[in-house]
Amino acid sequence: MNLFTDVVIAVLILTNLRLIASSRISACIYAVACQGVLLGVLPLLVGSSHLMVRACALSGVTVMLKGFFFPWLLLRALKSANVRREMEPLVGYTSSLMIGALLLATAMWFGRQLPLPVPAHSPMVLPLAMFNIMVGLFVIVSRAKAITQVLGYLVMENGIYAFGLAFALSEPSLVELGILLDAFMAVFVMGITIFHISREFDHMDTDRLTALRD
Amino acid sequence: MNFGRLALPVLALALAPLLPGIINRTKAVIGGRDGQPLLQLYYDLAKLVRKGAVYSHTTSWVFRAGPVVGLVSAVAVLAVLPLGGTSAPAGFSGDLIFMAYMLGLMRFFTVIAALDTGSAFEGMGASREVQFSALAEPVLLMALAALSLAARGSGASLGGGLFSLSAIYSHLSISTWMRSGPALLLVAGALWVVFLAENSRIPFDDPNTHLELTMIHEVMVLDHSGPDFAMILYGASLKMWILGALLAGLLVPVRSGNIWIDTGACVFGLFVLAVLTGVVESVMARLRLTRVPQLLVSAGFLSTFALALIIWS
Repeated sequence: MNLFTDVVIAVLILTNLRLIASSRISACIYAVACQGVLLGVLPLLVGSSHLMVRACALSGVTVMLKGFFFPWLLLRALKSANVRREMEPLVGYTSSLMIGALLLATAMWFGRQLPLPVPAHSPMVLPLAMFNIMVGLFVIVSRAKAITQVLGYLVMENGIYAFGLAFALSEPSLVELGILLDAFMAVFVMGITIFHISREFDHMDTDRLTALRD
Repeated sequence: MNFGRLALPVLALALAPLLPGIINRTKAVIGGRDGQPLLQLYYDLAKLVRKGAVYSHTTSWVFRAGPVVGLVSAVAVLAVLPLGGTSAPAGFSGDLIFMAYMLGLMRFFTVIAALDTGSAFEGMGASREVQFSALAEPVLLMALAALSLAARGSGASLGGGLFSLSAIYSHLSISTWMRSGPALLLVAGALWVVFLAENSRIPFDDPNTHLELTMIHEVMVLDHSGPDFAMILYGASLKMWILGALLAGLLVPVRSGNIWIDTGACVFGLFVLAVLTGVVESVMARLRLTRVPQLLVSAGFLSTFALALIIWS
C-alpha cells in the first residue's frame, strides 16, 4: 500500500512538471485536472481505517471539484475568451524546467527539516505539498495570462490540501471543506474575471493591465 | 561461469546489428510495407568491408581515425557492460564513468571527423550532436547514480564497489523494485529518453531522412565510405546495444542465478526494446529542434527526482 502511495505522489509531482513544461493552455488544464483526481484519491490511501467514511466523503468532493468542475469551468472560460491557445511564458520552458528541478530539491530538503506534531504517513507528502506551493507561486509569477494564474493558484491550493493530508488524523474535516469552498469561490470569481478581461481588452495578459490609467 | 562472462562481449558483437534490423522490421510491419530483411545490416556490413574507401584531399588523419576510435571505444565498453544479472568480464569500481566517457570519446571523434571534412552540413550536424549529448550525458550519469544507490539499499554488500555496473545490475532484483519502484520507473523513463536521443532515433533525429537540414547523426557520416562506413554503422549498433542493455537490465529484473536464464531474459528484453523503438518511430514525428533540449531537460528532471526519492525515502 505504501508503494502505491509513493507512486501516486510521484505522478503528482510529474503533473507539476507537465504544467511548467507544456506550451498549451488546455494541456495545462488537463494536467491540473489529473492532479486534482490523484489528490482526491490520496486521502483514501493515507487515512486510517476508523476515518474511512470521512476520507471517502472528502475524496469524493475533491475529485468532483478539482478533477471535473474546475477544469470544466476553465476550459469553458478558455473557449469563451477566444484567445490564443499558447502559453507565452515570461520564463522559457527549458529554464522553467531547471527552476522546477531546483524547487523540487528545495522542497524535499525543506520537507525533511520541518518538525511535525504527528508523524506523516509517507515521507513524501510534505515535500509534495511544499513543491506544489512553490510551483504554484512560480506559475503565477512567470506566466502572463490570467487563466494560467488561476492554474497556479489551484496548484498552490492543492499543495495546501496535501499539507493538510499530512495531518489527516488530527485536522477537523470542517477546515478541509472550508478550504475547498474558498477555492471553489475563487475559481468561480476568477473565471468570470477572465471573461470580462478578455471581453474588454481582446486579450487576457495581466501584465498589460498595469498600463491602465483612470 | 567464467566462460559465460567472456561470452557476453561476443554475444554483443554478434547480435548488435540485429537491433536496427528489428526496428526496421517493426516499422515495415506497422507501415504495411514489405521492408528490408531482418539481417539487412549484416548484408550491408559485408558489402561495405569489401569496398574501397574514398578520402577527400582536404581531410587529414583525424578523418581516418574517427571510425576506428569510435568502434574501438564501443568495443571497450562491452568489456565492462553487464547484461542483466550476468557480470561483465572486466568490471571494476567506477566503470560506469568509464562507460560514459568511452561513449563520449566515440562521439567526440565522430564530431571532429565530421568537422575535418570542412563541409557546412556536417558542421551543423556536429553542432547539434554536441548540443544534445551535452544535455543527455548528465541524465545518463544521474540515472546510473540513482541505480547505484537503489542497489546499495538492497542491503547486500556490493562486491566490486559501488560504482561498478556489474555490481549495480547484479543487485537490482524484484525486491529492489518492490522497495523503490517509483524511483526505478523514473530512472527507466530517463534512460529511455537517453537511449532514443543517443541513438538518434525518432523524437530526436530521423534516421531515414536524407535532408541535411533535419538530421543529426546521419549528416556527420556522409563523407565516410567503404570499410570506414561499415565501422561507423557497426559502432552505432554496438552503442544501441550498450544503452539498450542498461535499460533492459533494469526493466527485466530476472536474477535467478542461472546464467542462461538471466542472460536470455535480458537479450529478450533488448529485442522487445527494439520493437518498442520501432513502434515509437511509427507513431511519432520528429520533434521540432527547439523542443529537443526541453525533452532532454525533462529527462534530467526525472533522473534528479529519482535520485532524490532514493536518497530521502
